[in-house]
Amino acid sequence: MKYVSEFRARDLAEKLAAQIAHEVRPDRTYHLMEFCGGHTHAIFRYGVQDLMPENVKFVHGPGCPVCVLPVRRLDDAVELAEKHGVILCTYGDMMRVPGTKQRSLIRAKADGADIRMIYSTLDALKIARENPDREVVFFAIGFETTTPPTAVAIMQAETEGLENFSVFCNHVLTPAAIGHILESPEVRDLGTVKIDGFLGPSHVSSVIGSEPYEFFAEEFAKPVVIAGFEPLDVMQSTLMLIRQINEGRAEVENEYARVVTREGNLKAQSLVSDVFELRQSFEWRGLGEVPYSALRIRDTHAALDAEKRFTVSEKKSREVKSCECPAILRGVKKPTDCKLFGTVCTPDNPMGSCMVSSEGACAAYWTYGRFRETAKEAEEAAA
Amino acid sequence: MNAVDGKIALRSGNVDMTHGGGGRAMADLIRDLFRRHLHNPILDQGNDAALFSVPEGRLVMSTDGHVISPIFFPGGDIGSLAVHGTLNDVAMSGARPLYLTAGFILEEGYPLADLERIVMSMARAAKEAGVPVVTGDTKVVEKGKGDGVFITTTGLGVVPEGVHVSAERAAPGQAILLSGTIGDHGVAILSKRENLEFETEILSDSAALHGLVAEMVAAVPGIAVLRDPTRGGVAATLNEIARTANVGMILDEAAIPMKPDVSAACELLGLDPLYVANEGKLLALCAAEDADRLLEAMRGHPLGAEAAIIGTVTEDPANLVQMKTGFGGTRVVDWLAGEQLPRIC
Repeated sequence: MKYVSEFRARDLAEKLAAQIAHEVRPDRTYHLMEFCGGHTHAIFRYGVQDLMPENVKFVHGPGCPVCVLPVRRLDDAVELAEKHGVILCTYGDMMRVPGTKQRSLIRAKADGADIRMIYSTLDALKIARENPDREVVFFAIGFETTTPPTAVAIMQAETEGLENFSVFCNHVLTPAAIGHILESPEVRDLGTVKIDGFLGPSHVSSVIGSEPYEFFAEEFAKPVVIAGFEPLDVMQSTLMLIRQINEGRAEVENEYARVVTREGNLKAQSLVSDVFELRQSFEWRGLGEVPYSALRIRDTHAALDAEKRFTVSEKKSREVKSCECPAILRGVKKPTDCKLFGTVCTPDNPMGSCMVSSEGACAAYWTYGRFRETAKEAEEAAA
Repeated sequence: MNAVDGKIALRSGNVDMTHGGGGRAMADLIRDLFRRHLHNPILDQGNDAALFSVPEGRLVMSTDGHVISPIFFPGGDIGSLAVHGTLNDVAMSGARPLYLTAGFILEEGYPLADLERIVMSMARAAKEAGVPVVTGDTKVVEKGKGDGVFITTTGLGVVPEGVHVSAERAAPGQAILLSGTIGDHGVAILSKRENLEFETEILSDSAALHGLVAEMVAAVPGIAVLRDPTRGGVAATLNEIARTANVGMILDEAAIPMKPDVSAACELLGLDPLYVANEGKLLALCAAEDADRLLEAMRGHPLGAEAAIIGTVTEDPANLVQMKTGFGGTRVVDWLAGEQLPRIC
């Protein structure tokens, strides 16, 4: 397939693998955090780790939009659908995330709540047009990639005078989260994770550009390479990071130049800033409260803000005890360090968010990578 | 008005509760629609049960409910699919299908013209397959309690002497063969889903596979396992076999046939084609030394023209189905958790 197969070519992968093996220093280990769930997914799905030397370690970061949504916000969405009787429109991979007492949107739907899986914000607008006597709420989640379409939906609803449409906004920001991983009060509790460099987000950067990472690379002296989601992108970016680390540089480089520019998509940025403003603080699953890390709908568009339109109850939201998602999302622990992994918690019965989305570290590890553990165990048993 | 002088208003009428009520309207519907299109000597007897002689040998029986949306899709509809699906379930025992039954659950208000289209399609599929629908049933549920049409079909078949096809016969060293491209049916259905419509030339691969199976059994009577990878796709089917027989599998991604359009649609939607449904494909496991002969037999049939050897059965107490990726790595091809949902970014 044109423009896809070229980025999955085995011969190029083998050449890159040989280049990486040639350039890594045998006397050190390279800990590279892939921030995005898309990268985590690619690494596991294509077996990229198999092509890396032993001393190149990928650390899975918190860049899965489904995984970082705090339980309380999910509980609020369930409440909107169940108690306020709205039609709740949501992206597909939110459906199975467990909330308090394992209550997910898919369970609420089975119990009669009107929850509809959509593929774009335009679907939510269509549902609002077709159901003028019902309140329709779009459950907006995701990083900078999915924010502009939400802004478009809000603008469109205002233009059309769709009074029964509103947005429950949970959009979050990438750079704040990266900074928080490296320097926050929680680091003292959870320990620090060794990170020598970052594979920077690809689709997020197509919107915000590569510039926002410059301050961060300089401040924390960590190299960042904006990497595409195809497996060859991941390998090429890994090589670029290894070179930066070897040379003692900490710069922002752009491997994904076919899509990402330094300034990003200015039109999308302008649209987003017209509709949204920064929240002072927002809770992330796994990271806790992160200052200036999320967006809310501006007062000028308050009529379409579901948080203002509906009052949700104060509730005690709780994650499953012993679930290590918080530490896993920070890269401090691996999925296999969690007591629940593969026993109580599997993709069929997820206890934490990392096991739900195919971009979550636990799900990717379970689905694509656990045979390595099986092979290791077999080796150990034989020895 | 749905009835005119004892004739069903097929062009303009809708299903109503009288069509399931046991009275004249129901009798007229059965006569003017179901029997008219599906007629054969056994059905024409008009009894509540089909009466026929039993052949020599081992009988197999399979039943299947069909609840698809959309009801009409590129390359087929619920009528032809109900026939193909059940014939294939029977054929996957290595059997020759003999008879079908069809139970219809209709929703009040469903257009009779659409119902006739479905029944005609069913009749055409049964005729092409050479397997008659010998008995049936019709029920009507109130509006809002169904989804237009549900069809349950049951198939009966006979297994040739010397053929023993069963998932538990999968054993290390056997070859895994696939009869053609994957994901065609699932993508065809998705392309017409209300909130996801996209332009594609992909048609469902819905087809009756018993002719192909007959050729395969003739070439290699010792086939160990046959299975049609419907819901959950190739991945789910192979995992089921691996668990049943307590074996593992290793697949070669590069060997798995796929249409470029299907691949592109799956990329767009963030779906893994290995988990996408097929309705006219089969997986076969046989001894390694028989694999080339079986492949040749498959390729000699129109429904197996693109058949390929896609992997090997391995010894693995963990029952993992693994795959050598086209990229050079290895990954697990796991069970599907819930249903496959698109990724958001």
